[in-house]
Amino acid sequence: MSNEGQHIKMKHERQLIKKSFSFIPHPSSLIPFFLVALVLIYGVIYPNLHVLFASLQRDGVWTLQNYAEVFSQRATLEAIWSSVLLSILTVCLCALVGVPLAFLFERYEFPARKVFATLAALPLVLPPLVGTVAFIFLCGESGILARLAQKIFALDHAPWTLRGWGALLFFHTYTMYPFFYVLVGAGLQRIDAGLSEAARSLGARPLKVLTRVVLPQLTPALVAAALLTFMTSMASFSAPLLFGGDVRVLTLEIYTARQRGDVTTALTETVILAAISLIALIFFQRYEGTRQFVSAALKGATKRRARIRSGGARTLAALCGVTFALVLALPVITLVIISFARDGAWTTETLPRVYTLDNYRRILTEEGAGGVLVNSLVMSGIAAACALVWSFCVMALVAGKRNWWRRLISLLVLVPWALPGTVVAVAIGEAYGQENPLTGAFILVGTFWILPVIYFLRFMPLVVRSVQASMEQVDPALEEAASSLGARWWKRFTRVRLPLIWPGALAGALLAFVIALGEYVASVLVFVPSNRPISIAIAAAMRDFNLGTAAAYGVALMAAIALSMTIAARLERKS
Amino acid sequence: MPFLSLKNISKSYGATLAVRELSLEVERGEFFGLLGPSGCGKTTTLRMIAGLESPDAGAIELDGRDITRLSPEGRGFGMVFQNYALFPHMNVFENVAFGLRARRRPHAEVERKVADALTLVQLPGYERRRVDELSGGQQQRVAIARAIAIEPDLLLFDEPLSNLDVALREETRGELRELVKRLGLTAIYVTHDQDEAFALCDRIGVMSGGRLLQTGTPRELYEQPANLAVARFLGRNNFIKAMRLSKSHDAHGEFKTLAGGHTLYVPVKAEELGALNKPVTLSIRPEYISITQGASFPADNVLRATVIEVNFAGATTTVKLDANGLELEALVLRLVGLAPGDSCMVGLPPGRINLLKDEG
Repeated sequence: MSNEGQHIKMKHERQLIKKSFSFIPHPSSLIPFFLVALVLIYGVIYPNLHVLFASLQRDGVWTLQNYAEVFSQRATLEAIWSSVLLSILTVCLCALVGVPLAFLFERYEFPARKVFATLAALPLVLPPLVGTVAFIFLCGESGILARLAQKIFALDHAPWTLRGWGALLFFHTYTMYPFFYVLVGAGLQRIDAGLSEAARSLGARPLKVLTRVVLPQLTPALVAAALLTFMTSMASFSAPLLFGGDVRVLTLEIYTARQRGDVTTALTETVILAAISLIALIFFQRYEGTRQFVSAALKGATKRRARIRSGGARTLAALCGVTFALVLALPVITLVIISFARDGAWTTETLPRVYTLDNYRRILTEEGAGGVLVNSLVMSGIAAACALVWSFCVMALVAGKRNWWRRLISLLVLVPWALPGTVVAVAIGEAYGQENPLTGAFILVGTFWILPVIYFLRFMPLVVRSVQASMEQVDPALEEAASSLGARWWKRFTRVRLPLIWPGALAGALLAFVIALGEYVASVLVFVPSNRPISIAIAAAMRDFNLGTAAAYGVALMAAIALSMTIAARLERKS
Repeated sequence: MPFLSLKNISKSYGATLAVRELSLEVERGEFFGLLGPSGCGKTTTLRMIAGLESPDAGAIELDGRDITRLSPEGRGFGMVFQNYALFPHMNVFENVAFGLRARRRPHAEVERKVADALTLVQLPGYERRRVDELSGGQQQRVAIARAIAIEPDLLLFDEPLSNLDVALREETRGELRELVKRLGLTAIYVTHDQDEAFALCDRIGVMSGGRLLQTGTPRELYEQPANLAVARFLGRNNFIKAMRLSKSHDAHGEFKTLAGGHTLYVPVKAEELGALNKPVTLSIRPEYISITQGASFPADNVLRATVIEVNFAGATTTVKLDANGLELEALVLRLVGLAPGDSCMVGLPPGRINLLKDEG
């Protein structure tokens, strides 16, 4: 590092120290410390090490034989290859769709731009399973579009099948391009338009400005988006399960191995999946770390969006927006339509002919079915509430001067987020399948608590992040002012810090709640039949061809999500 | 006994020494300023007085009582922050009442004292306003009201006027001093603005590089800067490198300037005279240098010079001069037809020349 870089780093550290005047009584309050340590040891460290060690052992003897066996199977090698290839292709396709859209909506002004721009992030909040189901209804070989095409062109069979690589890539692009759209859009907002103007004034042509000025500044956003897309794609399970066809991905391999009772293979493959994900994470983060731009805060911001002037281009842009919005909304509309169709009555018509409220009546009242909604709400609620409380404990410990154990805690907190849901579920399921007095393991498998625990572990990093973000926005001088006015720690916390961060923190908890509501990947591995979450009920209804019921569940889920997201958005505005 | 005294306070952040062995005494009822360039440690010193940082070494005493390890909330000092640090989720009343409520004062007393404080800062009737509805100047007043409402022993100001525009800053400056004096409070005021410190403070400590260089009234600091750093920091100055000529122990030290070779007489005390053959720095304010045109007259410290540059700045004019290689700058109120190239006589009154302690 250059001398100057070191100097800046030192200055930064000094500022950190300056800001970190310790308002959190750490040695005196051991409860947060105890809670954080307990969760990290039993929720993160122990189960993951358990899986790793189990994959390296056979009959109590340390060996690499499990890996040798797994790697000798063609199916596993194919699965690894398919997973990685699928993820790389998904990243490329999502970038191709998301980046131009971000430029279009962020850099140009045209009629109804705002409406489309808001809709663009919609697939992000759609639970993967619900999205998959909606896609099948819309684009499947007996879906609405296929039947429409068949009718128009008078074909005697469906014009396409929704199977294999094409289907997976199409679906992945549809659900994951918002990572690029949202992050690159945010990156574009941060770039000072004055820089482009400066480059132009220095004689650079538009293409040069794009490649030499704009894109380099977007690198952090692009890398972050690529990472998120890659990780999500590696963890993808619902789509490969329902229409992957011959494409066998790792998550699916692990699931089937576990279903057929081959625990060793499942564990070993789990370690491989976790390893690939972590390597990707490290690779991307290393690259991200090399390119950080701090844009100087400038007065007199230049106009950011160019108004499209020519009438033809305006119409074209607006048309683009309409088409795009329609493409985004169609799966959701389809799901709503099908949710009113009578089960079994929709056979050959383009659209169902008989509409009924029976599906909703059934999922709300019927024995066993009605409980599913309540189950999911209760379990996700418990997980989100615990995550909220726990996040405050983590922040109480992590706030302050950076040192090795604070870094370690921050890192461990992020581990469950970086690992695919399949890995988390297998790890918890294996580590807490039987009591182990030596390690203090207890039985979770087969109890009500297994799912809330897994939801908590998987989504608490989100809550920690949002609590952290809200805390960083609070001016440290506020607490200092409260302190100089005579307020003690508890009063400072309840009267100054908490009121300022709770909207952001609660919004984060709500986000975790809605994601937990639609959780399927981990649930399918460890759910208890007496305590099924909504996602399992949807999958079961699909298997039994109760399409209306599945759709109705999906719509109910989306309604709950929409409601929570509206509240969360309100809260974020407030903070 | 001084009201507040800092005894050999030091504070470092990692390898950086922010404050080095600083000692300071402030009397009761005094408006004391800490003045220095940014990064000189003045804010750190203030934060240690407030209890927001704890010194690595040294002690802080209030009325003879050691408060070095006392928490900020235990000290009862009012503090006004640079960005005001008003609680955004509370209205004006709740902000001002915060300290009183933290002290669990009865409701009626809180109401009365908040109203009093707001009247003092000329914001009566603003109780129910939201903080973000207020202008910068009004927020500033609320911050001051909040600090004085707790009737503090000591008021601490951390560059509180730096976020206001120039006109408002000068107006608030006058009101602030008047208010503090009327309430008979002791105040410590941190700033990097010399005019502000001079206008507000009874006494000022000039800091640089974590050290306290000199303390004194604004006049003392300006007219008799103790060393180069203080002289440099406070206003414009002519610095003249010179060598002492005679061993004379009378009131007039005799110096020869390195540039130009002029002889200058400077009144110095015997104990201030340094070694004979070591160069020293003399300083004189531009406004004390006189310029006369025409015939030369023999007198002490009068040099012949050529005008290099004339800069008109409204009320005053700066003239740059060259006296046989010695460059000088003079500030004059009315200029009588001097143009670059003209020759003139320059007078440096002996009483206005300072012998500076050289800081290496």
